[in-house]
Amino acid sequence: MSEVPPQGVVRDETPDQDMLTRSWARHPGVLGWLGQCNHKAVGKRFVVTAFVFFLIGGILALLMRVQLGVPEAGFLGPEAYNAAFTMHGSIMMFLFAVPILEGLAIYFVPLMVGARDMPMPRLNAFGYWAYLFGGLFLLSSALVGAVPDRGWFAYVPLTGPEFSPGDNMDFWLLGVTFVEISGIVAAIEIIVLIARFRAPGMSLSRMPIFAWTALVTSLMILFAFPPLVAGSVMLELDRKIGTAFYDPALGGNPLLWQHVFWYFGHPEVYIQLLPGVGIVATAIETATKRSLVGRTLAIASIVAIGILSFGLWVHHMFAAGLPTLGMSFFTAASFMITVPTGVLIFSFIATLWPGGFRWTPALLWSMGFVVIFVLGGITGVMVASVPFNWQIHDTFFVVGHFHYVLIGGVVFPIFAALHHWLPKLTGWAFSRSLAVWSFWLTFIGFNVTFFPHHQLGFMGMPRRVYTYPEQFGWGPLNLLSTVGAFVTALGVLLFVVSVAMAAVRREPAGDDPWGGGTLEWATTSPPPGYNFATIPAVRSATPLWDTADPSYRSGEPWQDEYENPDELVRVGLATTGLDAIPEQVVVLPGHSLWPLLLALFIAVALFGLLIDSGLIMVLGVLACVASGIGWLWPGRKP
Amino acid sequence: MTGLLDPQGPAAERIAGLWWLMFWLGLAVYVVVLALLVVPLLRGRRRAAAGEGEEIAARTGNLLIWGGGVVVPVIILMVLVVASGTVGAQVPWNRDNPGNQLTIDVTGHMFWWQVHYPQAGFETANEIVIPAGEPVHLRMTSVDVIHSFWVPQLHGKIDLTPGHGTTITIEANRPGVYRGQCAEFCGLSHAWMLITVDAREREDFDQWLAEQAEPAAELTDGVLREGQQLFTSSSCVYCHTVRGHTAESHVGPDLTHFASRRTIGAGALPNTRGHLAGWIVDPQASKPGNRMPGTDLDGAELQLLLDYLESLR
Repeated sequence: MSEVPPQGVVRDETPDQDMLTRSWARHPGVLGWLGQCNHKAVGKRFVVTAFVFFLIGGILALLMRVQLGVPEAGFLGPEAYNAAFTMHGSIMMFLFAVPILEGLAIYFVPLMVGARDMPMPRLNAFGYWAYLFGGLFLLSSALVGAVPDRGWFAYVPLTGPEFSPGDNMDFWLLGVTFVEISGIVAAIEIIVLIARFRAPGMSLSRMPIFAWTALVTSLMILFAFPPLVAGSVMLELDRKIGTAFYDPALGGNPLLWQHVFWYFGHPEVYIQLLPGVGIVATAIETATKRSLVGRTLAIASIVAIGILSFGLWVHHMFAAGLPTLGMSFFTAASFMITVPTGVLIFSFIATLWPGGFRWTPALLWSMGFVVIFVLGGITGVMVASVPFNWQIHDTFFVVGHFHYVLIGGVVFPIFAALHHWLPKLTGWAFSRSLAVWSFWLTFIGFNVTFFPHHQLGFMGMPRRVYTYPEQFGWGPLNLLSTVGAFVTALGVLLFVVSVAMAAVRREPAGDDPWGGGTLEWATTSPPPGYNFATIPAVRSATPLWDTADPSYRSGEPWQDEYENPDELVRVGLATTGLDAIPEQVVVLPGHSLWPLLLALFIAVALFGLLIDSGLIMVLGVLACVASGIGWLWPGRKP
Repeated sequence: MTGLLDPQGPAAERIAGLWWLMFWLGLAVYVVVLALLVVPLLRGRRRAAAGEGEEIAARTGNLLIWGGGVVVPVIILMVLVVASGTVGAQVPWNRDNPGNQLTIDVTGHMFWWQVHYPQAGFETANEIVIPAGEPVHLRMTSVDVIHSFWVPQLHGKIDLTPGHGTTITIEANRPGVYRGQCAEFCGLSHAWMLITVDAREREDFDQWLAEQAEPAAELTDGVLREGQQLFTSSSCVYCHTVRGHTAESHVGPDLTHFASRRTIGAGALPNTRGHLAGWIVDPQASKPGNRMPGTDLDGAELQLLLDYLESLR
C-alpha cells in the first residue's frame, strides 16, 4: 500500500457501475427487504422509527398539557397521567433522541468519511431490530393495561417489588435494557467505522465535526449505558428473585439506584446534545461556506464535554441529603462544563461573524438552537448551585430548564439535520416556505410552552403532579403553556406535511442542493448502494470545496478490485486509524436474516421472563443460541 | 405569590438572594450572547469581498472564542462558585441539632406526613406548628418510598428516604401559615401530599403544644360516647390512634386532636363536616391510591362518627 496521496497514475478503466449496482442491490422480495444490512437501509429505518416514536411521545405530552391546563381537571386521572409522563420521558430519551441521532450517524457518517458501508453490517442491522423490538416491547405494555407509571427515572423503592407488584416495571426494565443494548451495538459500529473506514487522506484532524461528535458520543455510550443495564438487571433481580440490592430493610440502599441511574442519565443528556452541536456546526459551515472558526478548539471542547459529563451526576441528587462538601465538587464540575460549551457557541458566532451566508432551513433551525439552548445552559448553571438546587429541584423550573436544553439542544438540531440531509436521503426537494413556517410555529410555540414553567417552579409547583388546587394560583400560566404546546404541535405537523408533499411531488433535489463541503454531497441523491464508485481522496476537512481532483488513485491492483469487482461481492476499504492510509480491501456481508431472528428470539426470551414462564424463556434462549450459530456459520465464499 | 421568591425565613431569603445574583448575571450573559449573534445575522446575506470574510473571521474569531467562551465565563463562574458556596455554608441543611433547638420528627408515608414532637411526646399529622423566629430542627425519614419535604417560603427541599435519615433546619421570620408539598414522585396521589407549616408566637405555640400533648378528653355527652363506641369498635382503630380512647397504631394519622387541623387527607380537602363525611364514605374519590378503605355506614352511624371526630379538638 502506498502513501497518500500519490497522484498522476491514471488507470485505464472507469468503474464498472453496473457490476457495483448489482453487487450492492438488495435481495428481491419481502425477505430481501427484511434482510438488508446496508447502512443506508438501517440508518433510514432508525430515523423513520424514531420519528414515529417522537410523534407518540409528543401526543402524550399534549395529553398531559390538556390535563394540567386547568386546576383539578378530570381529563386524565392520576393512573393515566403517571403513565403518560413516564412513557413521554422514556420514549423521548430512549426511543427517540438517541436512536434518531444514531440513525443519522449510521446513514451519514459512512458517506461523510467516504466509506461504502458499516464495518459490521449484520451487527448494525441487529442494532436496529433490537431497538425496534425493545421499543415495541415497552409499548406493548399498553395492550395488557400495564403501562409503566413510575417515571423515566424509576426510583426505588417505588419501583421495587413491594410498591410496584404489577408487570408495569418489568416492561420498562426489560424494554429499556433491550434498547440500551441496541445503543451499545450502534456505538461500537460507529467507533470501528471511524477508526478503520475513513477515506484515504482523512486524518482525524480532517474529519467532519459531525463525525467527531458521533465518535465522542459513541465512546460515551460505551461508558454510560452498561451501568444502567447493570442497574436495571439488579432491580429486575430484586423484583423477580428477591435479591435486596435496593431494599433498605435487608441492607440494600435506594440511593445506589440513584447513583447508577444518574451516572448513566447525565452523560445521556450530552450524548444527545453533542451530535446536535455537530449538526449545527455542519449547518453553519454549509451556509457560510467556511470551515468552523476555531475548529481545533471546538473539537477539543467536544471531547472535553464528553469527559466532564461523567462528573456531574450527583447534581441530580442534591436534595437527597448527601454530604455538602462532596456535593460542591459536583457544582464545580457542572460549572466547568460551561467553558467548552461556551467555546462552541462562540465558535459558531465567530464563523457567522463576517456575514455573507445563505439562509438555509438548516441554518434557521440552528439559530433556534443557539437562542433556546443558551438560555437552557444559563439556567443549567443556576441549577448546579447546591443551595439554589434545593429550592428548584423537582419543580417546574427544572422542567422548563431541561426542555430548553433538550428541545433547544437536541430537537432543533434534529430538525436542522432533517432539513439538511433529507434531500440527500430521499432525493426529493422540500418546500422552503413550509420549513420556515414550521420553524417559527415550533420556535414560538416552544417558548410559550416552556418559558412559563420557570415561573411555575418559583410559585412552588412540583413536577409529576397530575393536578393542583385552584387556590395555588398556577392555573393561568399552565393554560398559557398548554396553548403553546398545541402551537408547537402544529409546527411539527407542518414538517410532516412538508415531507408528505415532497414525497408526492418527487421533485429532484439535486446531488448537492446546499453546496456542502463534505463527501456525502459528492454522490447522487439518494446515494447508490455502494455510495462511491471510486475512492475519494481527502486533502482537507471540506474536500468538496477543494479544487483538486477528488479521486484517489493508488495505481495498485487492489483498487481495481474495489472499483471493478469481477464477481458479485461487496468490497470496502479499511485504512489506518490515525492517518487513514489504505490498508486492505475487505469483503462486507450484504444480506442476512439472522440479526432479525436473533433480536426476535431475545424478545421472546424477555417475554418469558416477563410472564414468569421458564419454558418460553428457555426456548427463547435456545433459539438465540441457534441464531447465533446460524449467523456465524461460514457461508459460501462470496 | 407564595413561592420561593417571597421568602419568609432566613434560609429562603439567602437562597432568593443567590437567585437574584444569578439572574442578573445570567440575563447579562444572555443579552450579550444574543446581541453578538444578531450582529452577523443582520449582516446576513451581504456578501463580503472574496477572502475578506475569512480574514474577518480569523481576526475576530480568536477574540470571540477566547473572550466569550473562556475568559468571561471563567470570571462569572468564579463569582458564582464563591457565592453559591457561601450561601450553602450559611444555610443550615442536613446538620446536627446544636442542642438547643426544638426537634420534630417527620416521617413520610404514602401520602401523608407523620409529625412527632419527641420533647413533648405526642404525635400529629400533616401540619407542623413551630414557634416563629426560632430555628426548628426536623429529622426526616420514610417508611415506604422516597418523599421530599419542601416549604418554599422557608427553605429548600430535602428527601425523606427509607433507611437514610436526613435533617433540615427551618425558621419562619413571622407568624403565618406556609404551605408546601411532597416534591419527589411517590405514587398515585403524589399531587395530594400537601404540608403546612404554621408558625406562631412563642406563647401561642407553647399553649398549642400543651393542648396537643393532652390525650383526648373523657367524653360525657351521650351522643359523643355513642360515636366513640362506633369508632373504637370499628376498623378505624386498626390504623388510627386517639390517645386516651384507643390503643396505639401508626399506620394512619393520629386523630387525637383531629378537629384542630385545617385539612383532611394531607391537604386533599378542607376539614369541614361535609367533606369529612365524603372522605369517610369514599376516601379514594378525592385522593386516589391512599390506604384508607371506604365504609358502608348508614346515615345515622355516619352522623355519630362525624360528631365524635369533630369533638376531637
